[in-house]
Amino acid sequence: MLSAEPVLRLAGISKRFGDLVANDNVCLSLGRGEVLALLGENGAGKSTLVSILFGHYRADEGSIEVFGRELPGGNPRAALEAGIGMVHQHVTLADNLSVLDNVMLGTEALWRWRSLRTQGRSRLLEVAGRFGLPVNPQARAGDLSLGERQRVEILKALYRGARILILDEPTAVLTPQESDALFETLGEMVRQGLSIVFISHKLAEVLRVSHRVVVLRQGRKVAEAFTPQTNALQLAQWMVGHPVKQSQREAGLRPGRVVCALQEVHCDGSSGDRLNGVSLALHAGEIVAIAGISGHGQSALADLLCGMRRPGGGRMMLRDAPFPITPAALIAAGVARIPEDRAGVGILGDLPVWENAVAERLRAPEFSRGGWIRAGTARDFAAGVIRDFDVRGAGPMAAARALSGGNMQKLIVGRALAPKSGGASPFPQLVVAHQPTWGLDVGAVAFVQQRLFEARAAGAAVLLISDDLDEVLAMGDRVAVMVRGRLSEAKPPEQWSRAEIGLAMAGDRRAA
Amino acid sequence: MRLERREGTASAGLILAPLTAVVFTLVVSAALVLWAGAPVGRTYSLLLQGAFGSVFAWSETLTRATPLILCGLAVSVAFRARLFNIGAEGQLYAGALAAVVVGGGGADEALGRAPELHFAVMTVCSALAGAAVLLGPAWLKIRLGVDEVVTTLLLNFIVLLLVSAMLDGPMKDPAAMGWPQSVAIAPDLELSKLVERTRVHTGLLWALTSALMLWVMLRSTVLGFDIRALGAQARAAAFAGVPPQRTMLWVALISGSLAGLAGAIEVAGRTSYLTLDMSPGYGYSGIVIAMLAGLHPLGVVVAGVFVAGVLVGADSMSRALGVPTYLADVIVAVALLSVLVSGTLTRYRVVRR
Repeated sequence: MLSAEPVLRLAGISKRFGDLVANDNVCLSLGRGEVLALLGENGAGKSTLVSILFGHYRADEGSIEVFGRELPGGNPRAALEAGIGMVHQHVTLADNLSVLDNVMLGTEALWRWRSLRTQGRSRLLEVAGRFGLPVNPQARAGDLSLGERQRVEILKALYRGARILILDEPTAVLTPQESDALFETLGEMVRQGLSIVFISHKLAEVLRVSHRVVVLRQGRKVAEAFTPQTNALQLAQWMVGHPVKQSQREAGLRPGRVVCALQEVHCDGSSGDRLNGVSLALHAGEIVAIAGISGHGQSALADLLCGMRRPGGGRMMLRDAPFPITPAALIAAGVARIPEDRAGVGILGDLPVWENAVAERLRAPEFSRGGWIRAGTARDFAAGVIRDFDVRGAGPMAAARALSGGNMQKLIVGRALAPKSGGASPFPQLVVAHQPTWGLDVGAVAFVQQRLFEARAAGAAVLLISDDLDEVLAMGDRVAVMVRGRLSEAKPPEQWSRAEIGLAMAGDRRAA
Repeated sequence: MRLERREGTASAGLILAPLTAVVFTLVVSAALVLWAGAPVGRTYSLLLQGAFGSVFAWSETLTRATPLILCGLAVSVAFRARLFNIGAEGQLYAGALAAVVVGGGGADEALGRAPELHFAVMTVCSALAGAAVLLGPAWLKIRLGVDEVVTTLLLNFIVLLLVSAMLDGPMKDPAAMGWPQSVAIAPDLELSKLVERTRVHTGLLWALTSALMLWVMLRSTVLGFDIRALGAQARAAAFAGVPPQRTMLWVALISGSLAGLAGAIEVAGRTSYLTLDMSPGYGYSGIVIAMLAGLHPLGVVVAGVFVAGVLVGADSMSRALGVPTYLADVIVAVALLSVLVSGTLTRYRVVRR
């Protein structure tokens, strides 16, 4: 597929942040009409590489050539003018502006008296029509779905005449149907001679859309292959650097009694962050997995079950008692919680690792007496968490923010699930895990999933909320879909077809 | 240009940063001294002698440091929990007012016969008065999200006006010949001197003990953990089971009490009565001292002595050379800025992108 004329060539790109080598002598080239997948785990250097390409960072060494001409480093404007367009993972639109304004933003000179909106509008519609990306120029960006916003981002790049499009984890916020539509769009662009760099850590979609794959690991290019000549297992092995084993759900566990029950629970909040009557029963020894596009009330549900928000109506029970409403009471009642935002909510970055490890248990008599912390037992407990949950990268006295994302998550999972001495009932009773594997590398994902399976085997009820449909289907004994603050019926994954789930995620009533 | 967090801080940086800050401060201040037409070396040496050059100099510096340390502690514990208490000045006056009310002329007979008990009641009342001034803003912050910077700052003026009204009204000393000055506290209640024929009093020991206790509290108690956690990341602290509202009220209680205690100790140790110019802004200097100390209770002691030394030394230097005492304010301000900048630069590096 690689045609004779490379449109983009990166030669010997290196970038260091202090002691950390983010990119080490990376070389790659992109042909006209080619989709190049850039594959790697979190922290492998993908984002740094494209940030250099787009001029957000300046490379320490190496050079970039676009359409045969050297690209000056550290200058996003030069990158734009050279025909590079970037679609960020987190959409960067101004919510209060219309689609047209968002697209035109920054394309006009500031000193012009009047904005050339009519021309802009027809140009936008022309571009949209050419690539099959329907859009309403008048719509307010804040009212669009995530899939539509991403479409606007792509249009923004095309409007500026991008010939090389960089997409950073574009499917993270999309339903399966939206992803399919995106892939079709990409196909159309390539047919029209555009070139695409597609960044991902999902193997299936890389295999599906790309012509060629470059695998990065620890800042280095470790492999390069034509997509048809490789397969998922080999790619995974390149990414991780060793053979991969995946954790598997064992079938045949029989769920026990109801641990946690929600009946018609409401919770106020901004749109996309509220519950409009959610009913759900979680049984001991089962994992209930909740799929859905983020921003449909998942955060409200997780906050509610983590004690971070109060319900606005409905009934919530834990075993036979009313559901505790403060984090401290939840912890005391044996609820283990894994929050979505691990750096902002999960850990206290400025405090040392050992205090983070024991933070949730500090109020138990084991770790404090009369208000005084029993530093000895607390440190022993922390050492146990660090050892048993394999937290690496920073000592117990170091500030927790020094940990990598994966190790942070191990620390959070560890402090939530570490065995508790005393207490008659099984511990934990309930596990609430919100996006527990988001952004983790393959090894850490398997580790976290394994711990959730173990909690289930030990008799805990597990609620897993995840954007990752594959994870939901692989882990859930029952799967429900959340859309617009409501929850569908929870059915075993075998009874959902992928298409059905996708429709339910998009809020199609026929599916639910 | 932008700042990038460093992975680890070299130990050399930890030593170099404060040294650089000191050198920078001296250089900037030297420029002002030159501008004032005085010899730089002699100015600094006079300043140093005036602050630390003799037993008398030390005693003056430590007398000045006592309320500064207590106010610095009040601010640092509040700032640790991100309760931005700008009202230590008002809380100090509230404490001083309570001290003259409880310890002054109208005190009752029973307490008068047991000076130790009377002293205890007086200090507790002062602490509570200081705390009361801060609890209002803290409660408003918790319940309604009212910005405590505004409320505590404005309360300073309200408290000062209240004190002024009291000094012209019920608390006015009839023997003061019309000066707005309160009655004196009972002589039994005055703190004894640490060194004969100087002004330095046992209040200094109170300040040092408070610093030690605060340090131990922050380190080794659940409340201390709660305070640090709440300040580090409020949402993460709440998630881990820290009760945010109760902790915030505790912080207000401790912080206000320390500032109120500073007022009582100024009255009992130095002035014995209350005037409107008793504090030359100790409460505001407390903010500077807390920041200089990186909010560390033991650091507050060092920073408090430093600031007191600069103020006292500048007085005596000014008498000898005619350089205005405002130099002291400049030195303290530049020191604060350079400590903050150097502290930032040990944690971040500047990157041209």
